[in-house]
Amino acid sequence: MNAKRTDFLATVIIDLIVATVVGILIFLLAYILISGLPHVSWSFLTGTTDAFSGAGGIGVQLFNSFYLLFLTMVISIPISLGAGIYLAEYAKDNWRTSLIRSAIEVLSSLPSVVVGLFGFLLFVVKFKIGFSVISGAIALTFFNLPLLTRNIEESLSAVSRDQREAGLSLGLSKWKTEIGIILPVALPGIVTGIVLSAGRVFGEAAALIYTAGQSAPVTNFADWNPMDPASPLNPFRPAETLAVHIWKVNTEGLASNAAQLSAAASAVLIIAVLLFNLCARLLGNFLYRRVTASK
Amino acid sequence: MEQTNFQLKNQKTQSNDWSARLHHATRATREDWMGKGISYLCIGVIILVVASMLWFITSKGIATFTQNHVSLVKFLTGTNWAPDQGQIGALPMIVGSFAVTFAAAIVATPFAVGTAIFMTEISPNRGRKLLQPVIELLVGIPSVVYGFIGLAVVVPFMRHLVGGSGFGIISATFVLFVMVLPTITSMTVDSLRAVPRHFKEASLALGATRWQTVSRVILRSATPGILTAVIFGMARAFGEALAVQMVIGNAAIMPKNLISPASTLTSQLTTGIGDTIDGTLPNNALWSLALILLLMSLFFNALVRVIAKRGQLKHER
Repeated sequence: MNAKRTDFLATVIIDLIVATVVGILIFLLAYILISGLPHVSWSFLTGTTDAFSGAGGIGVQLFNSFYLLFLTMVISIPISLGAGIYLAEYAKDNWRTSLIRSAIEVLSSLPSVVVGLFGFLLFVVKFKIGFSVISGAIALTFFNLPLLTRNIEESLSAVSRDQREAGLSLGLSKWKTEIGIILPVALPGIVTGIVLSAGRVFGEAAALIYTAGQSAPVTNFADWNPMDPASPLNPFRPAETLAVHIWKVNTEGLASNAAQLSAAASAVLIIAVLLFNLCARLLGNFLYRRVTASK
Repeated sequence: MEQTNFQLKNQKTQSNDWSARLHHATRATREDWMGKGISYLCIGVIILVVASMLWFITSKGIATFTQNHVSLVKFLTGTNWAPDQGQIGALPMIVGSFAVTFAAAIVATPFAVGTAIFMTEISPNRGRKLLQPVIELLVGIPSVVYGFIGLAVVVPFMRHLVGGSGFGIISATFVLFVMVLPTITSMTVDSLRAVPRHFKEASLALGATRWQTVSRVILRSATPGILTAVIFGMARAFGEALAVQMVIGNAAIMPKNLISPASTLTSQLTTGIGDTIDGTLPNNALWSLALILLLMSLFFNALVRVIAKRGQLKHER
């Protein structure tokens, strides 16, 4: 076989591979949306779940997912911001920094089930908080921290040196330069990273099964006092999220329409994650235009 | 400013004040201390989390051997998993985990490399506009959704194709293949893009066809990066819990073939840890499985480092 024919053949094979990959994605999305969307209704989105069979609406789970996401972000953004600033600005190039970097890498490569088990051990077994929103939020923070930190560090380091020198030459402190000059310039990248990680956190289930728990007690949505056991805002109640619900319905559920239920719930989950991805892109572009004044 | 300086020098009472001002930290310095404090604190929190995670899981994981006096060799080579009766041979799960990991990596790598070549060499424009979003979407789909589709589509399909229950290593491989594909692809794209342009141009100038250039120059010089990508994909497959647990069937027996129910370390952990009591042998045995997961994750990490170092040496030579 001559070289030209081999080249042609290779190109055809690669084209086929690419077509397969695109086909897989189209099939996945079409399958979820076509089998799931017809079952999504307002009563499904707001209804409550039958605790025994797992049938019924996903209102509580949907709220739990957003609440957990919110709490996770509230805890993890400040910590990863500080850590990112440390790595981008203060860290010297020595063995200690490389140790810190490896620690973050190790944390990011740990399977999420291991992170979940650690959360379970720490909060549920040792501190006896039980399956709760707060245990789940902290476990998700552990899972979220390394990625967010790396994203923030990269965004900060990508800002040109001139900006730093300009700030320092005006007599500002390193900290003030970082917060007042570098951070706003790096903001589009940071926001994109945060929204993307929100999508990941929203779909995560393995870290939550044994921390936030697998039950979604019906809460009283008229009661907004976080200290009340029946309030949806109470951080010490167990909170099954949407992703955990899909898993539970499929593995232990007794509902006769488990496939429809999980298809509908998967469709909602996928749409939420797609929206996060879209928002990340739009928000990033918007902020970039605002900050850099480029059209 | 200079005048005040002069005046200050002449007044003895105020010269003390001046020296005090010179020796004291300015506002900017104090701000810097505060900033340093905050950022050191944050990085400290992360280090603490990592250290306590390693410490807790290790100390729980070795309890099987130190408190329950199970021999390590028996744990790693025993094939009978019945913790209630004191039988804890973890080999079925270890074999299961490695089987799905390697199988998924073997299936996914050609697809990933092919897609990456398309994105960088054949059609960079369509690659950016069409395939980049495809890869991002595949990454974005949550693992439970992959598990659900595996359960709803792959398992019945395998049941039709080969009979049996449809649960098993091959179904898990299918699901994991799609899950690790975007990981391996996007990292392979990065390593292909990092190949110096003049390598490619030199090869084309010698009259090589595109495929000759790709296969003999670009892929060769990007090999360390592609290997790293594959290892990252394997690490993801090894640690994936729910999607695998939903389609593999969760039978803690030695897998005899690819189509009978089996189990992995992660699937056994997800199904078991809630049903056991803290401090008992069945519970400790599960923590030992978690320890294996942790050690494997550290191993994959180390492997990536070794390859990166070797790749660097090669480039410097």
